[in-house]
Amino acid sequence: MSDFVMPSLGADMESGKLAQWLVKPGSTVRKGDVIAVVETHKGAFEIDVFLEGVVSELCAKEGEELPVGALLARIATAGEEAAAPASPPAAPPPPVAAPAASPSPPTSTLLAERGAKAPAGPVPAPAKGPPVPAGERKKVSPAARRRARELGIDAETLAGTGIDGSVTLADVELAGAGRGKRETPAAGPAATEPKRRAGFDPDQMRRAIAAAMSRSKREIPHYYIGTTVDMAKARGFIEAYNSERPPEQRLLPAVLLLKATALALRDMPQFNGFWEDGRFRPGDGIHIGWAIALRGGGLIAPALRGVDRRSLAELMDALRDLVGRARGGGIRGSEMMEPTFTVTSMGDRGAESVFGVIYPPQVAILGFGRAVERPWVVDGRVVARPLVTASLAADHRASDGHAGSLFLAAVDRYLQEPEAL
Amino acid sequence: MNDAEIRRLACDLLAGIAPDTDPASLAGGADIREALDIDSIDFLNFVIALGKATGRTIPEADYARLFTMDGIAAYLRD
Repeated sequence: MSDFVMPSLGADMESGKLAQWLVKPGSTVRKGDVIAVVETHKGAFEIDVFLEGVVSELCAKEGEELPVGALLARIATAGEEAAAPASPPAAPPPPVAAPAASPSPPTSTLLAERGAKAPAGPVPAPAKGPPVPAGERKKVSPAARRRARELGIDAETLAGTGIDGSVTLADVELAGAGRGKRETPAAGPAATEPKRRAGFDPDQMRRAIAAAMSRSKREIPHYYIGTTVDMAKARGFIEAYNSERPPEQRLLPAVLLLKATALALRDMPQFNGFWEDGRFRPGDGIHIGWAIALRGGGLIAPALRGVDRRSLAELMDALRDLVGRARGGGIRGSEMMEPTFTVTSMGDRGAESVFGVIYPPQVAILGFGRAVERPWVVDGRVVARPLVTASLAADHRASDGHAGSLFLAAVDRYLQEPEAL
Repeated sequence: MNDAEIRRLACDLLAGIAPDTDPASLAGGADIREALDIDSIDFLNFVIALGKATGRTIPEADYARLFTMDGIAAYLRD
């Protein structure tokens, strides 16, 4: 029997509200299945499981606010009898014993969560969740579910346009708008009502960011270094690549930045992992947290998994999916727990450089500014080139500026050979 | 599609991408990326949706013509 506990979805999370169960006692679950929706200060997240088995008991009630590590459900893992009372726990119980007790410090709960999930092996890629077998509950993103409730619509009856066929917030809004038009043909108040984005409370989001970033600045001795990267080759590569493809297959510069970062992390693994209990623990794989600004304020940085091993086309699909779900409210809990490193990119309208604040317990964050056309010297001649400032903020306990410089140089080198990415 | 239909389509698609905004209230010459605060992924999704709705494949080289409502209307009328 394994305990399924309230996961820690980041250093800033102390507790979460179990918003909804998507399984019942007796339900069979597989790795990667979403079995619950948990609401935190950063919005609603779909919580997936890391093991296979049968749900034997739901211990937490919908609507209950529980600390990280609190018991949510018991799952009889494969090979066990669901009813066998004497079987020893398959995973060590988390140190946070009493669910009613005050939340324990984030680091230890994060460790407990990672420790508990480690033996279960890798979860499948987020975008490729197992298909929902016929007869089972239709996939509905948490934000869509919430908005549907507000509008009095049954979300499960809608056609889903999400990447995996799930019903998204947009589907619900569309259904709501259509219905509103039918009921109020003369464009009544329903049509002019401002649309409210479901998913998170901006004030709570602000507090969550404040807690994590204060902890970072209090605990982590940051050092900052930067370098200028000539993006002419990367841009030329993307233009040629995109000119032969329809819009849905086109790449954005962001995926080249991501892949180059991942390959540099593979060369220099001391930047890919966590500072815990006074020492560095390398990440298991290169899972890059991508900072996504949310409409209405705030940001989250869910993981793109195994970035070093994926093609540019795969990364582009994964990135579009991730950003869409981040804004629509369909991010999974595992995606919030996994990042081993974070990248923050200002995009094509942002500032020219950014010096990030490390997301604890990670040990570094890489920032990319907006690409700008500037004079640049190539072979002794001044030419106009698109330039990007890449800045590294890193934990001085885990590395020094010399290693950081080598890391930035590696990122630059990979971006000069875009066809090899 | 006539001018009004194109603008209505563009507004509907943009409202789906930036649900907290009112694209219909934009000035015809305003840069939609600035006015609606949409990033490059949002804009790419807009181009994909616009292409699907009109049956046209929009080359990347033409993106700059789609930055304003007036530009979108003129481009899709051509």
